[in-house]
Amino acid sequence: MAKLNINGKVRDVQAEPDTPLLWVIREIVGLTGTKYGCGVAQCGACSVHINGEVQRSCSIPFSSVKAGDKIVTIEGLSANSSHPVQKAWASVDVPQCGYCQSGQIMAAAALLKKKPKPTDADIDEAMTNICRCGTYQRIREAVHLAAGNGSTRAADRAQRRS
Amino acid sequence: MKKMIFGKGQKLSRRSFVVGATAAASGTLALGFKAPLVSEAAAQNGATEVNIWVAIKPDDTCVVRIVRTEMGQGTRTGLAQLVAEELECDWAKVTTESITAGQNLARKRAWGEMGTGGSRGIRISQDYVRKGGAAARMMLLQAAADQWKVPVGEVAVSKGIITHSPSKRTISYGKVAAAAAKVTPPDPKDIKLKDPRTWTIAGKPLKRLDTADKLNGSKIFSIDVKLPALLNAAIRDAPVFGSKVVSFDDAKAAKMPGVKKVMKVRDTGVAVVADTWWHAKTALETVDIKWDEGENAKVSNATIAERLKEGLGASENNGERKNGDALAAIASAAKKIEAVYSTPFLSHATMEMMNATVRLSADKAEAWVPSQNYEASLAALSEASGVPLAKCEVYGYDPGGGFGRRGGTQDYVHQTVAIAKEFPDTPIKLIWSREEDQAHDFYRPISVCKMSAGLNDQGELVGLHVRSSGQSINAWLNPAGIVAGKDQRQLQGWYEAAGDAQLGYTVPNLLIEYVMRNTHVPVGPWRGVNTNQNGYYMEAFIEECARTAGKDSLEFRRSLLKNHPKHLAVLNAAAEKGDWGKPLPAGMHRGIAQFMGYGSYSAATAEVSVNPQGKVKVHRMVLALNCGHAVNPHQIAAQVEGSVAYGLSAAFYGEIPIENGRAANLNFDSYEILRLAEMPKVETVIVPTYDFWGGVGEPTICVVAPAVVNAIHAATGKPVRSLPLKNVKLV
Repeated sequence: MAKLNINGKVRDVQAEPDTPLLWVIREIVGLTGTKYGCGVAQCGACSVHINGEVQRSCSIPFSSVKAGDKIVTIEGLSANSSHPVQKAWASVDVPQCGYCQSGQIMAAAALLKKKPKPTDADIDEAMTNICRCGTYQRIREAVHLAAGNGSTRAADRAQRRS
Repeated sequence: MKKMIFGKGQKLSRRSFVVGATAAASGTLALGFKAPLVSEAAAQNGATEVNIWVAIKPDDTCVVRIVRTEMGQGTRTGLAQLVAEELECDWAKVTTESITAGQNLARKRAWGEMGTGGSRGIRISQDYVRKGGAAARMMLLQAAADQWKVPVGEVAVSKGIITHSPSKRTISYGKVAAAAAKVTPPDPKDIKLKDPRTWTIAGKPLKRLDTADKLNGSKIFSIDVKLPALLNAAIRDAPVFGSKVVSFDDAKAAKMPGVKKVMKVRDTGVAVVADTWWHAKTALETVDIKWDEGENAKVSNATIAERLKEGLGASENNGERKNGDALAAIASAAKKIEAVYSTPFLSHATMEMMNATVRLSADKAEAWVPSQNYEASLAALSEASGVPLAKCEVYGYDPGGGFGRRGGTQDYVHQTVAIAKEFPDTPIKLIWSREEDQAHDFYRPISVCKMSAGLNDQGELVGLHVRSSGQSINAWLNPAGIVAGKDQRQLQGWYEAAGDAQLGYTVPNLLIEYVMRNTHVPVGPWRGVNTNQNGYYMEAFIEECARTAGKDSLEFRRSLLKNHPKHLAVLNAAAEKGDWGKPLPAGMHRGIAQFMGYGSYSAATAEVSVNPQGKVKVHRMVLALNCGHAVNPHQIAAQVEGSVAYGLSAAFYGEIPIENGRAANLNFDSYEILRLAEMPKVETVIVPTYDFWGGVGEPTICVVAPAVVNAIHAATGKPVRSLPLKNVKLV
C-alpha cells in the first residue's frame, strides 16, 4: 500500500508500481477531472501539478511519486473555481467541448506561478496542450487576463448574463 | 411495430448525417400540442411543462429543452437563446435540460429528430423551437389574463413578468405556469415570430450556459461515468479493416491482475474485461491475435494512389454538372492550365476517444454514451441487444468533440453491447485507446482532382474541367444516397443549385465530374466534408488561373462571381477587413479564398511568411461568414476560430497513411495536431443577411487551407498541389 498526497489529502493506493499516475487518479482515487487523451505525454489532457510543476500524469509511474510529493489535480486547484485562471477562463468563455480544459487550466496555472506576467512567447512555449475544438486564441487571451495584462477583446465583447 | 420504428430510426440517423438539409418535423408535432402533458424530465426537477420546449419552476427558472447534441459547438446556448427570445423570459433565469432518446420515443418523437451534424443543429430546428417559445409565452399570458379576468390583449410581458397596466397588477411566469399548462395551445398558424432585427436575447454575444463545470473537473463525460459494480473493457479490432479473428492466445492475459474475461467481439475484435481500464488495456497488449487479413493486407497508399489515378483517366463518371462544352473551349483556348491535386485520409481525433457504457438486464437495456445522434445510439442498443426499443434507454453525455465521428454508425455501442451480453446486470464501460481510435475511424475520404482550364487572350476563364477521383461516403454509409450510379454529394460546393453548397463562379463552359474509386478503408463525415477538399481544389486552382492570367487574385474572383452576389459580398468583406491590396511587411504574403458549404457563405484572407528553410508561419487570418442569421456572434467567432485550428491541423499535418491494409499514424506523436504557438490571430467578420438560415460549425473550414496555400503561392511563386504541407517541399 502506497501513500499519495492528492489535493492535500493523503490516500492509500493499491496498484501495480508501473500503473500511470493518471489511471491511479482516475480509477483508484476516483477523480475524473484529469483526462486521458493520448497516453504518450503528447496532448496534456492529463496535466496535474506535482510540487507546483505541471506534469503529464499519463506517463509517470505512480510509484515514482513519493509520499511527501504534493499532487494537485483540477479538483484541487481552488475552492469554487476561484483561481485567477479559472476566473479568466470563465470571463473569456474559453471552453468548447471542455474535455482538454482541465489540462489547459493546470498548464496555465503552473505558467503563471513561474511567470506572473508572461509574454506571448512565454505562452507559446508553456501552453503546448492539444485542443481539437481550437480554443487556442481564447486560451491566450485568458492567460493574459489572468495575469492582469489588461483587458482583452473577447472578454469585452461577451456580455455578462445579468 | 418494433421493427418498423427501428428501421425508421436508423434510416433517419444515417440520413441526417449523410444527406444535407432535410425537412424539419412538422410544426404541430414538434410543438408537442398533441403530446402527453407531463414528461418524466419535468417531474424530476419540479418544473411545470408548459409545452415540450419550455418548463417553468415556481422560482421562475425557465427550463429550455434541448434535443440536439452539445459537443462544444455552442448549440445548447444558441437554441436556448432562440426559445428565450420568443418566450420573453429573463435570460438570467434560463437553464436547459436534455431530452433522452427514450423520452422522445415514449412521446412519439414529439421533439422531432435528434441528429446533430452537417451544421444543422440550429438551422433546421430554429423555426419549431422559436414557435415553441412563442406558444409558451401566449399560453402564459392567457393564463394570467384568465386569472385576472381581463382580455389577453391587455396584458404584456417583459423578462418573465406579466403586467396588466390598467389595474397595475403583475405576476411572474413561475406563478402562472401550472395554469398555463392547461391552456389550449395556440394554432401554429396564429404564432407570429419576431423580426430577428428586433431580437434582444438571440443575436447577442452572450456567454455559454455550460461553462462552469468545465473549469473545475466536475463535468462528467461518458468516459468518466461511475456505476456500481462497473467493469472496464479495452478492445483491439482488426487492424486490416474488416478482417475476422482466426484465433487468439490469452494464456498470459487471463492471469493478469483484475482480468475477468478475454473474449472475441463481433468476429473482428478481441476485448479484455477487467476491474480497471488500465488492467484491461495492459492485459490486452499481451493477447496474441491472428486475423484472416486476406487481399486487403496488400493495400497501401501507393496502390490506392494508382487506383485514384486510373479514375482520373477513366471515361465514366458517378456525378457531374455541366454547361457549354468545357473540353472544346479548353482545347481551343489561348492559354491552357492543368494541375492534379490530392488530399489524404484524415481521422477526427476527438479529444475524448470512442467509449460507451452498457448494462443489459432481463427486461432492460441501458447505455451511457457520447453521441451526435442519441436516437441512432438507441437504435444500435436495441438492435445489438435484441431488447425492444421501448425497453431501451440512452443517457446522453456531451461528447468531448464530435466533428462527424459520432453520428449514425455507433460502432462503439455495438461493440459494448456485445461485451455486456456476457455480463448480465453488470455495467460494462468500453474505452478505446488513442491508438484504437486512430486505427478505427470513419476517415475523411481520400481523393485526387485533375483541374484543367482555358483562358482567352484577355485572360478570362472560358473553360473549366474538374474531375475528382476518390472514395464515396455514401457508398460506405448510405448507399441509398447514390441514385442511378450518381453520387452528387461528392460535388459539395460545386453545385449549380442555390441554397446549400453552390459554386459561386460562372464559367461559360464548365464540366465537373466525380468518379468513384472506393477502398476497404471506412469513410464518413468529417467537419466540412466534402467542401473541405473541393474548396481546396477549386480555390487553389483558381489562384493558378488568376496568376497565369496576370490578374489580381481578388479581381479575378470578383469577375467570376458577378452572378452570385452573396458569394461576392463575403469575399469583399474578407478582402476589406483583411486589408487586401494594402502593403505588408517584407517577407509577408497574402492569400484569399471563398467557398460555400453547409448553407453558408465563407471567405478568408491569410497572411503568411515562408522562411528560407521552407517553414511556413500563418500570422493572421480574417474570415467572413454569412450564415443568414447570427444567433450568437461570440459563439460563432469561437466556431470560426475552431475551424481555423482544425483546418490548419489538417493542412499542415493531417494524414492517415494506409500501410499493409491498415491505418498508420496512430497517436499524436505521428498524427500531429496544431498547437497554440502555431495558431494565427483570427478575426471573424459576420455579415448576416437575415434572409436564410445557414450552418456555422463547418462552413468556414473550407476556406482555411485554400487561403493559406494561396498565400504560400504568393510567397514562393509555386502552387501547393497536395496536402498535408509537411510532405511538400516549398523551397
